[in-house]
Amino acid sequence: MSIQAYNVYKTFGSYKALKGVNLDIPEGKLVSLLGPSGSGKTTLLRILAGLEFPDENKNTQIIFHGEDVTYIPAGKRRIGFVFQHYALFRNMTVAENIAFGLSCKPKRERPSSEEIRYKVNQLIELVQLEGLNNRYPSELSGGQQQRVALARALAVNPRVLLLDEPFGALDAKVRKELRRWLRKFQEDIKITTVFVTHDQEEALELADVVIILNKGEIVQIGSPQEVYDSPASPFVIEFLGNVNKLKGGLNNIPNVIRNTGILYVRPHDVDIQLQVESETDYVLPAIVRHIFSAGNYGRVALESLPQREPFEAEISRNRLRDLDLKPGLKVFVVFRHVRLFENDSVYREIKI
Amino acid sequence: MEGNTRFRIFRPPKTNSATNEPIYIRFLLILIMFIFFILFLLMPLITVFYEAFKHGFSMYLNALKDPFACDAIILTLSIASISVPLNLIFGLATAWLITKFDFYGKSLLVTFLDLPFAVSPVIAGLLFVLLFSPTHGWFSDILRFFDIRLIFALPGMVIATTFVTLPFIARELIPAMQARGNQEEYAAITLGASGWKTFFNVTLPNVKGALFYGIVLCNARAMGEFGAVSVVSGNIKGKTSTIPLYIETLYMEYKTQAAFALSSLLTLLALFTLFIKKCIEFSYKKRI
Repeated sequence: MSIQAYNVYKTFGSYKALKGVNLDIPEGKLVSLLGPSGSGKTTLLRILAGLEFPDENKNTQIIFHGEDVTYIPAGKRRIGFVFQHYALFRNMTVAENIAFGLSCKPKRERPSSEEIRYKVNQLIELVQLEGLNNRYPSELSGGQQQRVALARALAVNPRVLLLDEPFGALDAKVRKELRRWLRKFQEDIKITTVFVTHDQEEALELADVVIILNKGEIVQIGSPQEVYDSPASPFVIEFLGNVNKLKGGLNNIPNVIRNTGILYVRPHDVDIQLQVESETDYVLPAIVRHIFSAGNYGRVALESLPQREPFEAEISRNRLRDLDLKPGLKVFVVFRHVRLFENDSVYREIKI
Repeated sequence: MEGNTRFRIFRPPKTNSATNEPIYIRFLLILIMFIFFILFLLMPLITVFYEAFKHGFSMYLNALKDPFACDAIILTLSIASISVPLNLIFGLATAWLITKFDFYGKSLLVTFLDLPFAVSPVIAGLLFVLLFSPTHGWFSDILRFFDIRLIFALPGMVIATTFVTLPFIARELIPAMQARGNQEEYAAITLGASGWKTFFNVTLPNVKGALFYGIVLCNARAMGEFGAVSVVSGNIKGKTSTIPLYIETLYMEYKTQAAFALSSLLTLLALFTLFIKKCIEFSYKKRI
């Protein structure tokens, strides 16, 4: 089912949580609402769910599959919602938790207890929790609780699945496993899914579409590759992964026209050379400050010359070994891909 | 050379806790605790039962079988059986309101909830006499017109008891509900549950321990209430005399053994209340 939202505003007292949000989520996609805390991403999700309502405004509209649901409460929207801390019913077993939504249906729609039991077992199998029917939530691990919450949300055949920071409370290893599991799960049942996260890595790895929010506004919508490779603003480029920020702009680099903007370059787009190998324009003299040789990549902290602005390079460990760098060594860096921003918009993009 | 390269090894301290005190301080503190415990808690408790059974079990039963005593027991039970359910409704509604909604004047309501704790029960009783007295109360005209008797009768005693015990259930429920948060209620709502279904299946089971203890506590206080009831009842023997009031009457008439026999009933109730509390705490620990 597709979701559209137009002109969504939300104020809490004097605080403007959402300042006119428009979005269009196509059917069957896995969409991530990504932003720092306070960006309004959770508020937007709760408005899509019907747990909050947008400010009164005649232009505001939330549409599920062509149907206006702007002021329809959560219980009547046919959504599945998974809360950040799962919010499982602590006094009920796993099976009772999952059955809750079905037992809430009005009498004429409610399945018989036999049908409910069958459906619950089916869902338990789906989320791979066989044998745990009669456990209480407190007897489950975080990852298991998460999957019970998912099964409970799916029991009512929702038209859309909404997840609030679904992996936030899990440890790193479980988070990775569950992330992959959810990706496959969503591909299998093809339900339109929206999840909130502040973790850019999670959003980029999991989502088909990433919606980036900042200060109550959507700043960019696109596939993970689009938002990573063509960030629309300094905020996006800074938010999505590590980036070096050189205030001197391109005048750091000799032979290039003076500029007033800010130069952004990702650490993995920085190469280090001991001598100038080829006659390109984008070579910058620098001094090695520190070498971090543990981890998947070698990281080198550098300082540009003559401005002495600090930045980082990420190079392969083989390359690091070949270079044999020492702190204080003067080197030349090549920026393979730089972006120059001026007044919050892309001024110039240079690829080598 | 030496000293630079060698590490110093620290021995762990002999005591296993950073807060350990010397033995004489510990002994002194324990002794003080025991003296207070025996003097103020255990001795009175033993005295009640000793005095009650001093002249044998049959005398004890006789004291309870006395018609005035029976009337007092029945009256106390009827007052409690009306005011506890009233407070149950009030307590649930107030706790639900305070923990699940935000509104203007909420902190004022929370403050006023403690009024019955702050006001002396005697003054509370007097207050109701001034309001509902058939001769000089504020509502005396209306009460006389409809021929309703509140003061010196059961309704007045129920009102006074309800007032005095008003905060008990709400005060137990509010922290329990606050600790639980609203997340489970939100989850129930997204699953299509109605307000009633959410309340009875999600909110209430989560606080049932606190609720039960609140009821037991409220009941113990309702049955033991003396001050307010004494003022509004007029203490008419066999008519408006509750257990605590009748105990006082007996004591004044030098019927010590009978007074203690009735007292033992209230004391048993108190012990039962504490027992229930322990049971609930125990079952909580097992769950979490």
